[in-house]
Amino acid sequence: MLENVWIIPAIPALSFVLILAIGKRTPGKGHFIGIAAVAVAFVLALVTAGEWIAREPAKDPVSALADVSDECSRTPQLARDGAYPVEAEGHGGEGKEASGDHGGEDEHAAGEVELAAPAGGGVVAAPAAAAAEEEEPEYTRPVVRCLGWYQSSTTDGGEHGVTDAAVRTVQMTVGTQTDGQSVLMLVVVTLISLLVHVYSTDYVNGDRRYTHYFAFLSLFTASMLFFVLAENTLQMIVGWELVGVCSFALIGHWWEEKPNSDAALKAFLTNRVGDMGLLVGVITLYFGAGQTFNILDINTQANNGEISHTLLLISACCLIAAVMSKSGQFILHTWLPDAMAGPTPVSALIHAATMVVAGIYMVARLYPVFFHGLSISGSSINLLAVVGSVTALFGALLGFVQKDIKKVLAYSTVSQLGFMVASLGVGAWTAALFHLFTHAFFKACLFLGAGSLSHACHHSFNMVDDMGGLRKIMPKTFATYMIGFLSLAGVFPLAGFWSKDEILAGTGGMNKANGTYYFVLVMLLLAAFCTAAYMTRTVWYAFFGEYRGHHHPHESGPRITIPLMILAFLGAVAGFANLPSQMGGLDLHSVAHQFEHLVEPVGIYFPGEAQGFTHAKFNGWLAWIASAAGALGIVLTWFFYTGKLSALEGLASRLRIARAGKTLLENKYYLDHLYTDVVAGGTKGPLARASYWFNQKVLDGVVDGAGRTAVAAGRWVYSKIDQAVVDGAVDGVAAASSGTGGVLRRLQTGRVQQYAALFFAAAALLAGVIVVVIGG
Amino acid sequence: MLLNQFLLLSAVLFCIGIYGVVVRRNGVMVLMSIELILNAVNINLVAFGANTGTPMGQVFSLFVIAVAAAEVGVGLAIVLLIYRNRHSIDIDELDELKG
Repeated sequence: MLENVWIIPAIPALSFVLILAIGKRTPGKGHFIGIAAVAVAFVLALVTAGEWIAREPAKDPVSALADVSDECSRTPQLARDGAYPVEAEGHGGEGKEASGDHGGEDEHAAGEVELAAPAGGGVVAAPAAAAAEEEEPEYTRPVVRCLGWYQSSTTDGGEHGVTDAAVRTVQMTVGTQTDGQSVLMLVVVTLISLLVHVYSTDYVNGDRRYTHYFAFLSLFTASMLFFVLAENTLQMIVGWELVGVCSFALIGHWWEEKPNSDAALKAFLTNRVGDMGLLVGVITLYFGAGQTFNILDINTQANNGEISHTLLLISACCLIAAVMSKSGQFILHTWLPDAMAGPTPVSALIHAATMVVAGIYMVARLYPVFFHGLSISGSSINLLAVVGSVTALFGALLGFVQKDIKKVLAYSTVSQLGFMVASLGVGAWTAALFHLFTHAFFKACLFLGAGSLSHACHHSFNMVDDMGGLRKIMPKTFATYMIGFLSLAGVFPLAGFWSKDEILAGTGGMNKANGTYYFVLVMLLLAAFCTAAYMTRTVWYAFFGEYRGHHHPHESGPRITIPLMILAFLGAVAGFANLPSQMGGLDLHSVAHQFEHLVEPVGIYFPGEAQGFTHAKFNGWLAWIASAAGALGIVLTWFFYTGKLSALEGLASRLRIARAGKTLLENKYYLDHLYTDVVAGGTKGPLARASYWFNQKVLDGVVDGAGRTAVAAGRWVYSKIDQAVVDGAVDGVAAASSGTGGVLRRLQTGRVQQYAALFFAAAALLAGVIVVVIGG
Repeated sequence: MLLNQFLLLSAVLFCIGIYGVVVRRNGVMVLMSIELILNAVNINLVAFGANTGTPMGQVFSLFVIAVAAAEVGVGLAIVLLIYRNRHSIDIDELDELKG
């Protein structure tokens, strides 16, 4: 199964075609095909995961690459040839590697934006390397398979480890890279998609485009699976764009209403901005890594200092732009809340498993590029970390002023994605993916819960005006929503607590694991506080107080509540997948770090301890502080809404600064105004005028000029050639015939005697000639 | 020689016949002029035949007389029809083929 994982995306893709072709004629109008396909894909994903878990790690980095096909990647061959240092051979190799790496940093540090601190990095690396000596190193064994679809020859000056030939064949391939990271995503995507499919059969029941909806759910799933399995960056781009197209189609599912189609367009166009970054980044890496799209090759070269630091920095920055648009990072996040215009299950799918996590996944996939390009191990601030932490806090703040429960959840996703990006930015790779994993469950649970609420309240998402007191009417939705909420707020021992805590520990602000990202730590703690507070607000409005709507709400059916329960259960327990080994005196060594062990790659293509990549240890103090921040957020908000915190009431009307802040938040930092009025409005006018001028003067000039020349040429041909030569010839012939005819007709008098006279005259003449010529 | 006198007579007759054909307006007169021409030819044939001592000239002239009889029959029939249609046998008026 590990070699043939391509089947997993192929099944939903097939289901897409089938549903479009015959879906309307099958019972259930297509949802059976969709559910069956995703269920099969889910089972196969589980089988793949099982095989991955059972896979024995390799003892040295070269044999770890035995299952990487030589057709796809040139890394295994180079590794067998000894191009890369094998760290397992002892301390000497590691030391050499580390010093070489920092030497490289030294060269660039002066000229770059990142003020790397090589000395700090060295200090951090030394104890980590010592710790690594105790355990036998184990190397993960990825499986890479591919199929070439395009070949072309190119010249390569023998650089980048290619020594044998100056002319080499570039092969473009499509294939699969199966390792912990992609297997994780296979399971998450297919599971969430399956639950969303089941949920949708009730939620969009009777919709006017029911079959179309299920067809696109299938395609969405297939695209995301295609993306996560990508073996090369080109395939990543294809999957990335496919996901974008599907989200466009599903956000605009009810396109008859203008705001919905506007939201779909906004999602699509905002993503185009970032896609430019992705394209430039991928192309930069393609040439930087010696004309290869293969992810393993790029990562290996980036990780072994074969690509210059400047180049890595440039491509990392370009790729960050792509992440900002796709994963809704601050200033390009504006499409994400608007994307709530789509059906709620789609929102759940977009926010939990597909689309927005694509950005996170891409960074994690090409991590060595970012790790070395941004000098993550040695610095205390970098672009990725800043983008992530700013998004985490500013996104969370926006959650306070929304009336629409789905928009609160959307900003919550923005904020949580900020956590993940910040986590990747500070070097806590596993923590980011772990948070992605847990977040997928509880956020899907919350979204589907919000959908259940709106299903009950006559399709309204306005929690301030149309909900309230629903906890007694909808006990199942309430219970599952509460679990999701507490997990998101980071309450012990639910999943969100573990993953969030791992990210906070990873910032290194408290225990100096990697760099010392104090800024990120503070921002994320504030964001955690805000998260707990705004989520309490949604719970208060939706479930407590008096019912404020006008319809009679009712609990949703089993097809809605059962997916909620499954997700709530996973949202509660998923955190135990990656327990810390030491916690409050408890020794959890035997069950600890399972997730890290299975997902995090170890090998020459991924930063190791020698390059300063470390794992933060669980920090009791930090866990207490984070929990306290969450609890404080919940309690304060609770008191505020129950009226026990009268000091804060009416703050916005009394205090000018509070009012200004609220206005700023209500206008979403004026970013939409900036985009539509300043950027779009500012460029629209001049652009339109320039286009008009170009059209009138240049294009029309060319066209008019061509027209005028043609007219003049036609006139000349008409007067000089047609009239004079052609018509002259024709007329001349006619006139000549007519003239001769006029002359000759006089001979034909019709008088027989005249003819006879002529006849005899001619006969006489002939006789005369005969007599003279012959007779003579 | 005797032959010359016959030939002269035939030439004179021929010329009178041509003159009659070209000049006369009456259709019947034209037909008669044609008879003159044919008879001029007959005289020629008989004269040459007598001169050479063969019967060939006489045979030919008998043919010509027979054909001429037929020709006059047809010709007179045509003239009669013209007269019936136009009440005139003036050849000058028959210029319907004028170009």
